[in-house]
Amino acid sequence: MNWQLILDSVGPIALGGLTGTIPLTLASFALGLLIAIGMALMRISGSAVLSGIARVYISIIRGTPMLVQLFVIFYGMPQIGITLDPWPSAIIALSLNVGGYAAEIIRAAILSIPRGQWEAGAMIGMSRGQTLARIVLPQAARVSVPPLSNTFISLVKDTSLTSVILVTELFRVAQRIAAPSGEFLTVYLVAAAVYWVICFVLALGQDSVERRLDRYAV
Amino acid sequence: MPSEIAPPPPGTGPLLRARGLHKSFGDNHVLRGVDLDIAPGTVHALIGPSGSGKTTVLRSLNGLESPEAGSLEIGELAIDFSRPRTRAERAALHRASAMVFQQHQLFPHLSVLGNVTIGPLRVQGRPRDEVMADALALLERVGLREKADAFPSSLSGGQQQRVGIVRALALQPSMLLFDEPTSSLDPELVGEVLAVMTELAAEGWTMAVVTHELAFAREVAHEVSFFADGVVVERGAPAQVFGEPRHERTKRFLQRIQGPFGR
Ligand SMILES: Nc1ncnc2c1ncn2[C@@H]1O[C@H](COP(=O)(O)OP(=O)(O)OP(=O)(O)O)[C@@H](O)[C@H]1O
Ligand SMILES: [Mg+2]
Repeated sequence: MNWQLILDSVGPIALGGLTGTIPLTLASFALGLLIAIGMALMRISGSAVLSGIARVYISIIRGTPMLVQLFVIFYGMPQIGITLDPWPSAIIALSLNVGGYAAEIIRAAILSIPRGQWEAGAMIGMSRGQTLARIVLPQAARVSVPPLSNTFISLVKDTSLTSVILVTELFRVAQRIAAPSGEFLTVYLVAAAVYWVICFVLALGQDSVERRLDRYAV
Repeated sequence: MPSEIAPPPPGTGPLLRARGLHKSFGDNHVLRGVDLDIAPGTVHALIGPSGSGKTTVLRSLNGLESPEAGSLEIGELAIDFSRPRTRAERAALHRASAMVFQQHQLFPHLSVLGNVTIGPLRVQGRPRDEVMADALALLERVGLREKADAFPSSLSGGQQQRVGIVRALALQPSMLLFDEPTSSLDPELVGEVLAVMTELAAEGWTMAVVTHELAFAREVAHEVSFFADGVVVERGAPAQVFGEPRHERTKRFLQRIQGPFGR
């Protein structure tokens, strides 16, 4: 082990995490959740067309590799005149991906809320939209925290794929340090350790969110 | 008690008048021409065997179920079920009555106070101060003032059902609908809920109550409808229906539910 290299590389790699991996994760997760809620609502809308569109979207996202999706957007789209920088390409690909996976989680969570809750909402005079927003989604949120946390942690790791479209995130920084030094094992182990620390902290955060939402037990 | 939540004054003629309600679930013809009249300020008990359509009728009165045929008048509101309901009609139906469910159906993510105030605040758009004051006064009445900030899951079944009643009252409906409000409670908790209902009846609330508590129906109801197979087989004063039932179906039902020793 080259201890000096570990000390020298851990700073830049962690910085790549702070300025690349983490913002990329947060932006893609937020956008992805919006897409997922939209897709989940389309799936349960009762409209065959909307539900069909959502179903196809989810199937494509889940049935194709993330890496291929990234290449289509970054290297493929310019051929039809849509040229995007690495960052926007990465955020689009990652959030579409999150949208596909989280849609089914959110759909299942909405469906797990008893019918009686919709009826109680109607009884007090709420429209379906109001009941969804004020009664059903808040309860569905609690149900979906554990599976969504898994999606979130997968997303952290998936951001490393964006190094191939030249996004300067944690793993790309590591590659840049490793190549000239030839110390691949050391540098990539440092990168792995930094990913692990990020995910470990996130898991702690998940616990505290769940405890806060557990003020009421259903 | 604030004046806004007093029941409407007794008028003349029925407050509620339903005629020829028909409802099918697939091949299952559940309501086969149900008529129901409820005079203002009276309690109407709906009794009958399981599956006879009592819940379906009650839900229809609140607009939670849509009969395919029949008509319904509640006060000024008149609905013809053979035409599709407009959005305004649906809103008016929900507004006219308020329901207490068998499984309370409180909102588990809201506090007791949140459960009681969400309708008046978010749907009816009434002023916050007034809504809060009314809600706390109503909770006080049912002995749950100190539970205002608790979540429903921390309450006993009887307390949950009393909150369900307060949630209904807070909507300021012109009548109250109860669907077997005590049948999922432990026996020792039934009394506290029936006591609140008895008080409301004495105050002059118009109430439709689906119940298997025959003692309650006999003591508190002004009128009883006996349901079987989707129609009202017999209706009358409790003393008549329970004391001298005219129909064989009613007699058999009462014998079965009261057991060999009567009550
Ligand atoms: N949403 C529904 N979908 C299909 N069938 C239904 C639905 N709701 C009620 N039914 C059927 O309609 C019939 C009448 O049901 P309802 O709940 O009105 O009876 P009930 O008199 O309230 O009975 P109970 O005393 O058991 O509560 C039953 O056969 C029931 O299975
Ligand atoms: Mg029933």
